Amino acid sequence: MRPFLVRRLILGLAAVLGLSVLAFGLIRIIPGDAVMAQLAESGNVADLTAARAQLGLDRPFAVQYVAWLGGVVRGDLGTSFWSKRPVMQDLLAALPVSVELAVLAMVLSMLISLPLGAAAAARRGGAMDVGARLLSFSGLSVPHFWIATLVLLYGSIWFRWVPPLGYVSPRVSFGQNLEQFFIPAAILGVHLSARSLRLVRSSLLEALQEDYIRTAWAKGLPGARVLWGHALRNALIPILTILGSQFTYLLSGSVILEDIFSLSGIGRYVVEAITHRDYPAVQGAILFTGLVVVGVNLVIDLTYAWIDPRIRYQ
Amino acid sequence: MVGRWVRRHPVGALSALVLAGILAASAFAALVSPHDPYAQDYDALMRPPGGRYALGTDYLGRDVLSRTLYGGRMSLFISLAAIAAGTVAGTIIGLLSGFYGGWFDGIVQRVMDVMMALPSIILALALMAVLGPRTENVILAIATIIVPSLSRIVRGTVLQLRERQFVEAATALGASDARVLSRHVLPNTLAPIIVVATNALAGAILIEASLGFLGLGTQLPVPSWGNMLSEEARRYFEQAPWMALPPGIALSLTVLAVNFLGDALRDTMDPRLRRVHS
Repeated sequence: MRPFLVRRLILGLAAVLGLSVLAFGLIRIIPGDAVMAQLAESGNVADLTAARAQLGLDRPFAVQYVAWLGGVVRGDLGTSFWSKRPVMQDLLAALPVSVELAVLAMVLSMLISLPLGAAAAARRGGAMDVGARLLSFSGLSVPHFWIATLVLLYGSIWFRWVPPLGYVSPRVSFGQNLEQFFIPAAILGVHLSARSLRLVRSSLLEALQEDYIRTAWAKGLPGARVLWGHALRNALIPILTILGSQFTYLLSGSVILEDIFSLSGIGRYVVEAITHRDYPAVQGAILFTGLVVVGVNLVIDLTYAWIDPRIRYQ
Repeated sequence: MVGRWVRRHPVGALSALVLAGILAASAFAALVSPHDPYAQDYDALMRPPGGRYALGTDYLGRDVLSRTLYGGRMSLFISLAAIAAGTVAGTIIGLLSGFYGGWFDGIVQRVMDVMMALPSIILALALMAVLGPRTENVILAIATIIVPSLSRIVRGTVLQLRERQFVEAATALGASDARVLSRHVLPNTLAPIIVVATNALAGAILIEASLGFLGLGTQLPVPSWGNMLSEEARRYFEQAPWMALPPGIALSLTVLAVNFLGDALRDTMDPRLRRVHS
């Protein structure tokens, strides 16, 4: 296990370093003065020379990068132009919102895709299978931000319902918190289940062809036992890895839903930073997102290697 | 051969037909649109569907049907151009990376790791923030985000092909690297490239629409399916709900057709997958 762990850690570290170069270099690819021009246009930076010094644009690239990286290592991602608060503080405040949305959406997605995928695999080519296939293709194709727009539009026209503004912590009011999160989480959950449904089905079908399933049938076990007890248990491994990648995708990829339902999570923070041309926030948020993704991927890889020892030796 | 494919994949064939129809309607938007998509009719602001305006008018009295047709032209042009650029770049990178290996491959793979560590919408947003919201930048941003997955697939295929005897034979006959790559390796990577590019097209259309939705893609008044659903339009949806339906339906139908077609293509070109996925 140890050589695998070391190799993974080195690769993860390399990815993080690369990300820092990307996040840092991105706003400096174009000449600094173009950045300044856009900042001046946006009108929220009064003193351009001070802003230039704050971004460190008056120093050589390598010096700027090392200085910035030094701050990053100490947990200092710079100060936002817009909110005037440390970027790290803003991001840590946004994280629980995104995590709650992601977890709720994933739970809902599993509640849909596990039973439906199993039913589709149990009677291959049957009515359930065709229905599940249609559902998953529609889920993949119909843009979730359009569905969200329609839900808000007709919710307001028919039921006079508008989503509450401002984040309410579940510790303050569980009911209000749920009212805020349930609909966006349901839309995301259905969207996600499109992918996981097909995966549940195909990994179950694969598992059902194994010898130990034939043995289970030969022993005379009832169908439900074979499907749920024997086949599903082994099909769970690929499903668990997909869950990990869904989580990292949701953490910042649900940009639009957070925006529509005014949930101030990581995704919305990125969009706002971009629309305000808040460059310290953009570069900080990109690095932060990347760090979380690399971290989660590392944990998934290690879990996977722990579950299935063959992977360690590849 | 086409006839047999159609019989084996009725859904795929129907999708190809629908897609061809949508592409034709978008490409010839100038001919099939009943009105000028920019003409503002102040006597018919937010007019419901029917009569002179089949799908109604928007908040500036512009014809929704014509804007949807022209919007499709913009959205599909951007997506197809981005896929073309991204596929060419991804293929070249994958070919060189897989064929030569070594330090070049190492560096390229780490760069791709970094790009894949960010959700594609975040990467696209960051690129748009730096480049500014112009059409060619949307194409560039979408092309960039599809490069990693394409180059990975091509590289993987090349790694397998490199060990095959026909490649060895070509090299032994004294063929140059360029010749081996273009005449022997590239043709054998086309099947996976087509499959991945088709899947990427569905993603590209959705990303383009997402950028438009957030107001960072194609800029108004030029219509695109995404910006017809942007904040500026959404403010009027409650008074004119018919504005919300056409771009969304057009988007869903197009992406659905691309996905079904992609599925049928994968089935045809990669028989190994047929056992489990069909």
